[in-house]
Amino acid sequence: MDFSIILNEYQFYLDGLWTTTWLVALSLLIGLVIALPAGVLRSHPNWLIKGPIWAYMYFFRGTPLLVQLFLIYYGVAQFDSLRESWLWYYFQEAWFCALLAFSLNTGAYTAEIVRGVISTMPKGELEAAKAYGMSRLQILRRITLPNSLRRALPAYSNEIIFMIHGSAIAGVVTIVDITGAARVVNARYYAPFEAYLAAGVLYMCLTFSVIYLFKLWEKSYQHQ
Amino acid sequence: MKKLSLLIALFAFSFNAASAKEWKEIRIGVEGAYPPFSKTEEDGSITGFDIDIANALCAELEAKCTLVKQDWDGIIPALLGRKFDAIIATMDITEERQKKVAFTKKYQHIPARFVAKKGVTYEATEAFMEGKKIGVQRATTMDLYISDNFPSAKIKRYGSADEAYLDLKAGRLDYVMADSAAIADGLLAKEGGDKFEFVGPKLNDPKWFGYGAGIAIRKQNKDLAEQLNKAIDAIRADGTYKTIQDKYFTFDVYGQE
Repeated sequence: MDFSIILNEYQFYLDGLWTTTWLVALSLLIGLVIALPAGVLRSHPNWLIKGPIWAYMYFFRGTPLLVQLFLIYYGVAQFDSLRESWLWYYFQEAWFCALLAFSLNTGAYTAEIVRGVISTMPKGELEAAKAYGMSRLQILRRITLPNSLRRALPAYSNEIIFMIHGSAIAGVVTIVDITGAARVVNARYYAPFEAYLAAGVLYMCLTFSVIYLFKLWEKSYQHQ
Repeated sequence: MKKLSLLIALFAFSFNAASAKEWKEIRIGVEGAYPPFSKTEEDGSITGFDIDIANALCAELEAKCTLVKQDWDGIIPALLGRKFDAIIATMDITEERQKKVAFTKKYQHIPARFVAKKGVTYEATEAFMEGKKIGVQRATTMDLYISDNFPSAKIKRYGSADEAYLDLKAGRLDYVMADSAAIADGLLAKEGGDKFEFVGPKLNDPKWFGYGAGIAIRKQNKDLAEQLNKAIDAIRADGTYKTIQDKYFTFDVYGQE
């Protein structure tokens, strides 16, 4: 057991921690932007609107994140037409492919959370809102969304944690995230225990920070 | 008390006897993703130069050998973790690795080279390589060479050389560095390989590339190293080595004795 390796190579881990953090944070943000309309429109009566969203959620929740990443990173590179288009400027970058896969994936899961809390809205509150003469948009903004968010928080904090852990696969497309750093260090010193333990500790720090922040957030709702 | 010391003596004796054994069963770790040295066929079997050498050595030792496929990343930890007893996977003998494992004498020595799309130039200076995207297999001697010599390049590390070829073909990389024979077989000879060519000189500076590829074993198994050394000499002397070499290469892959 030789933990001086980790101290020598701490720069790798710090860079990895930063990469994981911004990659996951940005994915979650984009995912949320996708999920809110998708989750709301998922219950739309018109199949032309509901259908594509259903298909999107079905695909991204039905396949492993790793497969989605491979499809986007290696799969897309197979098509010459795309390689010659302006899109290739983005798709040639590993970070873009990972960001895209992660965003679409978390977007689908979060949309399901959104759909779930909306469909289980207490009817009484909605009826009361209607009785006050609020418009559909007002009801959505004043009643449905705040109430749903409150109930969605525990499920969403789980999704964030899954995303942090799921992001470990970014390393397979050459991104040096926390796991990627651990792989390089392991490969260089043949010390898997030390290398991956350090990675585990970093993931734990990230996860516990998220849990702590969400606890504070949930508490703030309870005081209202 | 007497009984106990006798027991200890017996135990020590049996342990001793076991460690000095003739190796009649050897488990060999191979990679299976580095053609022509080792590659996985469509039916799942593993073939290649390393595999043929392994089988020839086992035949020479009259030992029963089992090939164990293992990803490169974990191949030394797996050896240390006793998942197999020897690694025959074109592993260069370097000082860094010798801190963890012991090596037999070399069984081949092939220089490393850069490959790039035809028309792409190469200069071995840091200024020229700054910002260039170089693909390499993680934790190889090539990885160390590039990390030390071109730190300002964008180094992309892959689990296997095949993945690096894929990204070179896709245009995500400017250069890939690997064993010249591996590039010739795994990239240039394949479909679409005619768009690529070697650039720069053959590289075999011992500071990075070691002294050729040897068979890695655990440090406590010196007896296995001796047996394998003898077997290497034997297959080189009786022409088996040359037969195997000619099956895969048109040039000498051993170098100087």
